[in-house]
Amino acid sequence: MITIKIRTAAQKSGFHLFLMSLPLLILLFLFSYLPLYGWIYAFFDYHAGMQLKDCTFVGFKFFTAMFNNSASINETLRVLKNTFGMSALNILTSPLPVIFALFLVEIKNKHLRSLIQTLTTLPNFISWVIVYSIAWSMFSVEDGFINRLLISTHIIDSGINFLTSSNHVWLKMTAYGLWKGLGWSAILYIAAITSIDAELYEAAMVDGAGRFQCMWYITVPGMLPTYFVLLLLSIANFLNNGMEQYYLFANPMNKSAIEVLDLYVYNLGMVGSNISFSTAVGILKSAVSIILLFFANGLSKLIRKESII
Amino acid sequence: MKKSNVGSMVFNIVNVTLFLIFTLICVFPFYYIFINSISDNSLAAKGAILLYPKGIHFENYVEVFKLKSIGSAAAVSVARTVLGTLLTLLGSSFLGYAFAKKEYWKRKFWYRYVVVTMYFSAGIIPWFVTMKGIGLYNSFLAYILPTVVSPFYVILFKTYIEQIPPSLEESVQLDGGGYAVRYFKIILPLSMPILATIAVFSCSAQWNAFLDTLLLVRDQELYTLQFILYQYLSETEALAAQMRSSQGTVGSAAANYVLTATSVRMTVTFVIILPILFVYPFFQRYFVSGIMIGAIKG
Repeated sequence: MITIKIRTAAQKSGFHLFLMSLPLLILLFLFSYLPLYGWIYAFFDYHAGMQLKDCTFVGFKFFTAMFNNSASINETLRVLKNTFGMSALNILTSPLPVIFALFLVEIKNKHLRSLIQTLTTLPNFISWVIVYSIAWSMFSVEDGFINRLLISTHIIDSGINFLTSSNHVWLKMTAYGLWKGLGWSAILYIAAITSIDAELYEAAMVDGAGRFQCMWYITVPGMLPTYFVLLLLSIANFLNNGMEQYYLFANPMNKSAIEVLDLYVYNLGMVGSNISFSTAVGILKSAVSIILLFFANGLSKLIRKESII
Repeated sequence: MKKSNVGSMVFNIVNVTLFLIFTLICVFPFYYIFINSISDNSLAAKGAILLYPKGIHFENYVEVFKLKSIGSAAAVSVARTVLGTLLTLLGSSFLGYAFAKKEYWKRKFWYRYVVVTMYFSAGIIPWFVTMKGIGLYNSFLAYILPTVVSPFYVILFKTYIEQIPPSLEESVQLDGGGYAVRYFKIILPLSMPILATIAVFSCSAQWNAFLDTLLLVRDQELYTLQFILYQYLSETEALAAQMRSSQGTVGSAAANYVLTATSVRMTVTFVIILPILFVYPFFQRYFVSGIMIGAIKG
């Protein structure tokens, strides 16, 4: 009898707590769940300012529109190629933070090490707008530091167009990303290294292991689990490059090589006001992303016996 | 033995040198922009400032705020950073606290309802249409409301709260304190480290935000510093026009202080970087602890 009473009292206060947090749950509904309703526009011939009831239902027309003639197939392939290219470069460069951490901890002077760590992490906390402004100051034809330096030392006669040219766009985007994120990404690995048992190193030294053997046989394996999780996450995010960086660095010259899926959807829907078509592209992208996420998670469960989500 | 010592020394020198080069690449652009913003404006515009400042003056930092757009953009940026962070802290921490309570009504369901939003997104266009539909187009609220509940922070906070001994809370419960009293009087004061971590992350996200202005704001009075700088960068013409129209007020300064497109670009860039430079060294440990807690969860 008494236990039942306590339970109902707890239930009552639990419901009270739920009511107190309800406004927060509603906010989350508005910004995360309600937009899903907007997917309905992909099935109608919708134009901005119209009422949905006035629009014609077109079924999957906009989903197949990506593939229904050679021009649109080419367009789709171009965007997919950019998306895959930049994501693949990201995955290819993903061992760099591991290497960064591996060699940074080999610097024995503690102050120097933390100074380097602080200064190389800094670019992670500035926005892409600032990165673009910095890239402009460094690489633009008239203003850029590099061009000015090369001209003033008479290595070249006229400025080189690093910033806006269409050459090596993927590489340049990856390089900007590395400049911004390398030091920051290394922090996780540095933490992984600090959590390695120091006795392992002592034991290895006693057995006659040198510095490089310690690095290769103790430090590197100590970082691998972290690396593996992040690798799986980057597979899950293969289609999600985001658009901010590419939007800022895009210009008429490099547009065809810089347009990743996210930017393509934006350009279609917001600039070109093809709301229905761009929503359909977005839905396909979300669907594939969810499949990739489950695939990566399954892989993680299979190999690490642990899930990543 | 001797040989390995020499090898070790060579390795150390090469290693440190490579790291110093990368560090220089990370830091030099900041320095370059700074020396250009404080040098004689006509020299900076001609590209004469390469490695050190010439004709040092700090007028630019006063003059750019006299440009109408910058003053208001700075106010908007500061307001969204302060208000947005306060709301995020309150909202996400209260929800984290609520989910840490076993008696929460249908706790498992609601917790999943929050967490799962990290893994899907409707996409930018449906999001835009929805935001417009609920009246957040051209509204300051569009900056601060969407981040009130951030699932990641909710998880961080819930994990943190669960480590606080329940006995601390029970002492107040017996005195008849409700959830709100316990949350404000016991939980928040005990949660300063995690609150600081979340505050630092939220501040830098708010200060650096750009896409929400691009998508949802056409009203110039709501433009942020980031957006104004983007406009200056993308429309050099617009900047030149702005320079001409403000010539009357700004032009009264001595000739080498007259703002040029270059000086405005460099100065505004540095104005945006400055708060981060100031705050960053002091809060670095919170950044690091934040990513660590996140990693444990992940």
